[in-house]
Amino acid sequence: MKTLRQTACGETVKVVKLTGEGPVRRRIMDMGITKGVEIYVRKVAPLGDPVEVTVRGYELSLRKADAEMIEVE
Amino acid sequence: MEKKEGRLKGHKDVTIMDLPGIYSLSPYTLEEVVARNYLITERPDAILNIVDGTNLERNLYLSTQIMELGIPVVVAVNMSDLLEKSGDKVYLDKLSAKLGCPVVAISALKGTGIEKAAEKAVELARSKTVNAPVHEFAATVEAAISSVEDKLGQDIDEEQKRFFAIKLLEKDDKIIENMKSVPDVSAEIKALEDEFDDDTESIITNERYTYISSIIGECCKKSRKKKLSVSDKIDRVVTNRFAALPIFAVIMFIVYYVSVTTVGTFATDWANDGLFGDGWHLFGIGTSGYNEAVDEYAVRNVFTEELSVVVDDAGKADIVGAEDLQGAIEDGDFGAFEEAYGSYADAFAEAGYDLDAVLPLDGEGEFADAPDPADYGVWVPGIPVLVERLLDAVNCADWLYSLIIDGIVGGVGAVLGFVPQMLVLFIFLAFLESCGYMARVAFVMDRIFRKFGLSGKSFIPMLIGSGCGVPGIMASRTIENDRDRKMTIMTTTFIPCGAKLPIIALIATSLFGGNGFVAVSAYFIGVAAIVISGIMLKKTKMFAGDPAPFVMELPAYHWPTVGNVLRSMWERGWSFIKKAGTIILLSSIVIWAGSHFGNVGGSFGFGLDMELSDSVLGYIGNGIKWIFAPLGFGDATAAIATIMGLVAKEEVVGVFGVLDFVSMTQLAAYSFLIFNLLCAPCFAAIGAIKREMNSAKWTWFAIGYQCIFAYAISLIVYQLGSLFTGNGNAIGTIAAVLVLAFLLYMLFRPYKESNTLKVKVKTKKANA
Repeated sequence: MKTLRQTACGETVKVVKLTGEGPVRRRIMDMGITKGVEIYVRKVAPLGDPVEVTVRGYELSLRKADAEMIEVE
Repeated sequence: MEKKEGRLKGHKDVTIMDLPGIYSLSPYTLEEVVARNYLITERPDAILNIVDGTNLERNLYLSTQIMELGIPVVVAVNMSDLLEKSGDKVYLDKLSAKLGCPVVAISALKGTGIEKAAEKAVELARSKTVNAPVHEFAATVEAAISSVEDKLGQDIDEEQKRFFAIKLLEKDDKIIENMKSVPDVSAEIKALEDEFDDDTESIITNERYTYISSIIGECCKKSRKKKLSVSDKIDRVVTNRFAALPIFAVIMFIVYYVSVTTVGTFATDWANDGLFGDGWHLFGIGTSGYNEAVDEYAVRNVFTEELSVVVDDAGKADIVGAEDLQGAIEDGDFGAFEEAYGSYADAFAEAGYDLDAVLPLDGEGEFADAPDPADYGVWVPGIPVLVERLLDAVNCADWLYSLIIDGIVGGVGAVLGFVPQMLVLFIFLAFLESCGYMARVAFVMDRIFRKFGLSGKSFIPMLIGSGCGVPGIMASRTIENDRDRKMTIMTTTFIPCGAKLPIIALIATSLFGGNGFVAVSAYFIGVAAIVISGIMLKKTKMFAGDPAPFVMELPAYHWPTVGNVLRSMWERGWSFIKKAGTIILLSSIVIWAGSHFGNVGGSFGFGLDMELSDSVLGYIGNGIKWIFAPLGFGDATAAIATIMGLVAKEEVVGVFGVLDFVSMTQLAAYSFLIFNLLCAPCFAAIGAIKREMNSAKWTWFAIGYQCIFAYAISLIVYQLGSLFTGNGNAIGTIAAVLVLAFLLYMLFRPYKESNTLKVKVKTKKANA
């Protein structure tokens, strides 16, 4: 399954499922990344991590390790 | 964690409580738990829920949770000015109908609509009408919620039931602390999870966003122009793959250059030497005239043939400091000469080169007939001078005079002396924060800093800390995450600050022939101490306890208003003066008493010109000197110097001069340097730590850790260094190896990041 981590810059994807558990997963959901929402990958930080995405009309940054929890299509 | 309290203008009976900014009412972060416990247990009369109008969808998510608390809510849509500019529309009446509560538009930046919003909240609180939540989830979820609501005990009020029911369904482990009896809801949870093939926490989060998505289309309209906004354009450049780091470096350089080296140094010098020193020339009028007069005086009276002969002879004999003196004489720089004279005169005299004999000194050891700055331009005397005059006028007793001038004025001056520089720095911080760049700093630097348990934003405190630790520690305020902030506060003072430079310089000149390597190594040790401490501490119970998700909003760039920047600057500066001031004042008085009371002619008493070795401080130094013996400097003066370093780090070289250093081995002096660089900072910085930690326990932990860490590193360096130079002793070596092994274990042991918030937050049982 493709995750947000593997999504290239400039791509728009749709969230299928969130794996993992606990505070990081809850935080990701609280910030609006829930099933069915569209995510646009804007850019990667100069040092390769974290990434910046657009979701629900605003900009969010998250680490690649956490982006791995987000399964997309 | 702070809640700020204030009163509403024009309503003496209305108290406003500002809760920490949060995204949700989850049980995972300290901010959220503090906020929700306040809302559940204190039950305020009304909530003013401020939402970002440019980002309504995500913001309404928290609103749907707040609506369930059974407290009247007013929603204030902020950034209305930006909405107008971008052409986006928010239909307040539609939103009000969909949310079931009053909605008003405000702009915190422009200051519009705020009073109206507050009035609305007061009105609602007075009428005591609780707006029942109107948002609805899927039918099966609603059924499960009402089934749980029916199971709740009598201790939960009717209007709070929905909140508690949802928290129980979400398997929220912190909510139980707010309940007297906890019903078993596992059947409901299982039914829901089976039906949705997901866990209840996700189901409910999804339901909230589904509801918001269903209403958002009607409530706001994005303008159709899809071209890049100004903010997007700025961001394209500022966080660009190639340009981001150079831009970051330039911005940091400007912050450092202005607030530490140029304006900052000027402000600190003025505050310390002018306002809390002898005095200053108003607007610099007379300064140049005075400087010319001094240089002329020096060339005519001080830099004589006789002096040059003595200094040159000393230089040929390789006496420490001769080069500095020669340089000052060649340049005709009286200030530099005075400074070098203060440091090295004793060493010269010891070696048989008597400088005093060839200098025009008066009976009190001052330069005779030197120009008085008060004779030039507009001279404003410093506060100590004014207080002295006042005390002289009332014929104050000597001991009281000394207490007030040396103890209190000196101590308070030490605090306030940093304030002007801090204010300069705070203007920068406020600007970087409110324009949106600070969030990008975290974004750009995260990759490096998170390895050491720090935030990308920790860079700024450490950079500033190389100038002065006090504003450095205060700068850590910009780090939201509690764990990252505490770690930053604890490690910032490891970086050598300006006041530690004299120690480094004196050791370098007196024992290492002025080798620049000593100074470079001091910075290297500082950085290494931060990295090592970060890695070790993040694995300890104190820190590994709390989860620190880095899922962060990157706000749009916007131009802050002057008023907001100044207000933020003043709030921070004032809070430092208020809270750090007491601890510094108290400690200065204690140190003053310690150095003025002691052995006077065989009995305990007070002495104005007491020798340090006869004072209480001297006895303490003598009593604790054995502690430092394993580090190579088990000498009473070294111990006293270390204690005096708490007042201000440059005091270390005031007590422990060139002569003391010359008698040490290089290794012992280097160990002394390491210990004084890494151990507890000065009182002003300790005050700042206390201010920022806002907890006595954490302050002591930070100070204790710094001292123990400094001791451990000095021990390893001195003992293993002795071993390699052939002077090692068995016990010392074994101790050093054991400490080193422990450090390595702490560094490399595996650990697992925790998933629950372990910090205990004070809770009252609901309605108990």
